[in-house]
Amino acid sequence: MKKINYNDKGSILNPLKNLQFFARKPITEKLEPRPASASYRGFHINDMDKCIGCSSCQKICDNAAITMVEIPSIKEDAAKGIRNLRPAIDYGRCCWCALCVDICPTSAIELSREYVHVCDGDETDSYFVLPQENGIHGLNFEKGWTKTEDSDLLDRKRRPMGEMEPEERIDNFNEIVDGFTLQMAVEEASRCVDCGLCEDACPAHMHAPNYIRSIYEGNLEQAVEWMYETNPFSHVCGRVCTHICEDACSLGRADKDGNKSSQPIAIRWLKRFAMDGVSKTKIKQIAKKGMARKKSGKSIAIIGAGPAGLTTAFDLVKKGHKVTVYEALPKAGGMTRYGIPNYRLPEDRLDQDIEVIQSVGVEIKYNVRVGIDISMKQLEKDNDAVVVAIGLQNGRSTRVAGSDNKAVVKAVDLLRMIPKGDKFEVPKSAVVIGGGNVAMDIARSLARLQKQQFKKVNVTVSALEALGTTFLADDEEVKESLEEGIVILDSRGPRECVIDKTGKLESLHTVKVESIFDEQGRFAPKYDESDSQFHPCDMVVEAIGQMSDVPILGDELTEELEWNRGRMQVDENGATSVNWLWSAGDMVKGPDVINAVADGHRVANDIDKYLK
Amino acid sequence: MRPENYQAVQLGESNEYEIFIGPNHPGIEGNYALKLVLDGDIVVKGTTDAGYLHRGFEKLMEGRLWIQNLAIVPRICVPDPAPMEVSYSLAVEEIMGIEAPIRAQWIRVMQLELSRVAAHLFTFGGHAATTGMYTPMYWGVADRDLVLDLFEDFTGGRVYSIYNIPGGVRRELPNGFLEKLSNLLDYLESRQNDYDNLLFTNQIFVQRAKGVGILSKEDALDYGVTGPNLRACGLAFDVRRDDPYLVYDQLDFDIPTQQAGDAWARILVRRDELFQSIRILRQVIEKLPTIKGPIRTPIPNPLSWNVRAGEAYARVESSKGELAYYVVSDGGDKPYRVHVRGPSSMHAVQTLEYLAKGARLEDVAQIMFSLDACPPEVDR
Repeated sequence: MKKINYNDKGSILNPLKNLQFFARKPITEKLEPRPASASYRGFHINDMDKCIGCSSCQKICDNAAITMVEIPSIKEDAAKGIRNLRPAIDYGRCCWCALCVDICPTSAIELSREYVHVCDGDETDSYFVLPQENGIHGLNFEKGWTKTEDSDLLDRKRRPMGEMEPEERIDNFNEIVDGFTLQMAVEEASRCVDCGLCEDACPAHMHAPNYIRSIYEGNLEQAVEWMYETNPFSHVCGRVCTHICEDACSLGRADKDGNKSSQPIAIRWLKRFAMDGVSKTKIKQIAKKGMARKKSGKSIAIIGAGPAGLTTAFDLVKKGHKVTVYEALPKAGGMTRYGIPNYRLPEDRLDQDIEVIQSVGVEIKYNVRVGIDISMKQLEKDNDAVVVAIGLQNGRSTRVAGSDNKAVVKAVDLLRMIPKGDKFEVPKSAVVIGGGNVAMDIARSLARLQKQQFKKVNVTVSALEALGTTFLADDEEVKESLEEGIVILDSRGPRECVIDKTGKLESLHTVKVESIFDEQGRFAPKYDESDSQFHPCDMVVEAIGQMSDVPILGDELTEELEWNRGRMQVDENGATSVNWLWSAGDMVKGPDVINAVADGHRVANDIDKYLK
Repeated sequence: MRPENYQAVQLGESNEYEIFIGPNHPGIEGNYALKLVLDGDIVVKGTTDAGYLHRGFEKLMEGRLWIQNLAIVPRICVPDPAPMEVSYSLAVEEIMGIEAPIRAQWIRVMQLELSRVAAHLFTFGGHAATTGMYTPMYWGVADRDLVLDLFEDFTGGRVYSIYNIPGGVRRELPNGFLEKLSNLLDYLESRQNDYDNLLFTNQIFVQRAKGVGILSKEDALDYGVTGPNLRACGLAFDVRRDDPYLVYDQLDFDIPTQQAGDAWARILVRRDELFQSIRILRQVIEKLPTIKGPIRTPIPNPLSWNVRAGEAYARVESSKGELAYYVVSDGGDKPYRVHVRGPSSMHAVQTLEYLAKGARLEDVAQIMFSLDACPPEVDR
């Protein structure tokens, strides 16, 4: 570099040296837009199919330039987590910082290399634009700033959940999942973008974003308060919920390259963490919030102390009514107690949920079988309204030859016997027919009992559906079953329970499944008879579905009610065709706890309205 | 302009007149104004009025998420926005107790020095224009545009890069970027003769600039002046050297100084600094390919990002002087308080009023430009 000193005077002639510039061609550029650079932050593009309307872009926008606009032509699907809202940009406010791009969970919104927009006359509205895939003018400009791994602002990995090792858990019914520590829970909660897709998807519309936020702030009591607004079975749901919310979670969506490395928030485990972190006494206080001060003087009878019946009871008591729940079994909980094994849902957690429900004033009468100990007529007479919430307690049979043998049993019957402590002969080898979660529950329970008695697991699950594609049970159930030594034979249909001459069960005969549904989508399995196998066993367990024990209603009432293919017909609020009778839960709407809870709320609201 | 300032006002029976220049006067940089009391063409009193922005950046920041402020801070100094981003990010990182990966630190240095080059090209072109020489201004702006092309290349934005984020930078450099940078540095060096001929060794300019707006070292320190303006008074204070941040302690560069403290000394310091920045950038080009690794330390989900309670003062050397962010967090998702130490607030208000007093009217614009003020740093 040439040095210039302060005292250098310069020369008046020096500028003349630059006269050479007069001979040069002017380099003034034409006023035509030149192409922008490869990562230019120009106008937005939005892939309408990838966009799920989660509003994260709107939330991070520092100039409030983004408005979520309803697009009626886009179909909403709460269970899949798709809203028909799409971002519209106010270019009078946008500063092209591209934070919307970097936070988008699905990489739908991106910036293009387009940067010219001219507004004619008074078309000032033209600065408010709904970007599409081909840009704001439909000119298909190339992409500019798109999300990279570095620029992605979301934390896409779940905090790992600790589990008991297979060899440690296989001979007992202890709970498998460890649960979060406080630090893990706070970190997991911090990942939430508060889109609320989970709340839309949840049948009971639990305020997941709110309680996740409370957990993030370390306020577990507040989290439990949010939970009790919609779910008195929060301990149960914190462990065995089918977590439809997590399927809808915007964080669980495919990332930029379409791979599923992005994981949804562990909403269920967070719920479990908050519930376990608050004392029973405190939860009881929380549950009492919002109790009606005045008693209504009305009384309601509820048949069945499962999640649906007890949720209905909980709501109605809080609204000031008197509620009596009639339960045929010695303890409350329904299928959550007599269907879900302890290693998934420890009994004391369920007991606590029920204790809290009872603490608001729900009365439960145990060992009372309606239809035998008390008639429907009597209930009608003594109460202003009656709710049937008896669930699906009877197992269905495959009705293949030999299925009437005493060594062929129903999964629900067996699952009921284990927590009750009823003795039965544990088979040395068993085959379970069915591929749903109930099939996995009984297979894994039997495996544990076998391990305890014989030190060896010999359980085979035979299902019509194919693993990895159409299989019904949750992935984690399948994974854990396989870890525990259970053999899963998929795409196989039962043909016969082979009985020997002495009347003893010998084996299950299965054939290969070619297809399960016909062209109209009806259940009509087709088999390849040439591919047949015999699975020797001491017991066959049928886990192919359940039905309600409707005879308890009595002939007269059954005649009076309207039915739809064997199910009681109810309206959207659970009201039957008889004006004093409602029905809730699995028997009318299945098939899980959270749906039963949601159903309970609906029925309780409707009854409350009716009684007023 | 306010209606009362439409015309010169005679003050009482005296020969003094009050006139108003700005806020859109060509000799004014940015949105601020000066009210001058003149006796003949000598300034008796100058009063600055920086209140033409009305944006209130510091207050705005208290209402926005930590990450959202990244889009606001560069606006505090349009010609030199990079130090704003870096300084804010450094302050937040200090509170969080994290550090940007080493590669990101080198990239930040590159961005800062490129920004300084762009800012100085802008300023000395503007300085020349205040003396009636418009060609250096056109050249300065045109050459600055080439720097902006590079900003566009690696940050996606020409002026507001919004490229930094607490924890690092937002994306990797594009392929072949360092070669482009190298070519630009070659070009800028090749322009040195042209600029020297037209401006720095032009006797007309030298004579106009010499002896105008003299600031003594003592006065400069009293007024809190930093940056090239202070170095033009003979004090070699530079945050990069005296309180090194990022990787400046690994770089080899000089701190140009002058003794006279006038407009000519100030522009000479800027000229020399520009070439020191080029020297630093050459070292970055050499070093950067050898540093592999991440460019960002992950931060929590920005929508629920509570920065732990604490405070930090992070300073950097911007083209105007010592720029610092004093950030206080009460543990919430937004800053509790952000204070910006804009270097211009030290030399564009009282210092300018002080220097304007006794100056000739035609030198006021030159004094202002030679101080290189960025009004939003005052009215923040």
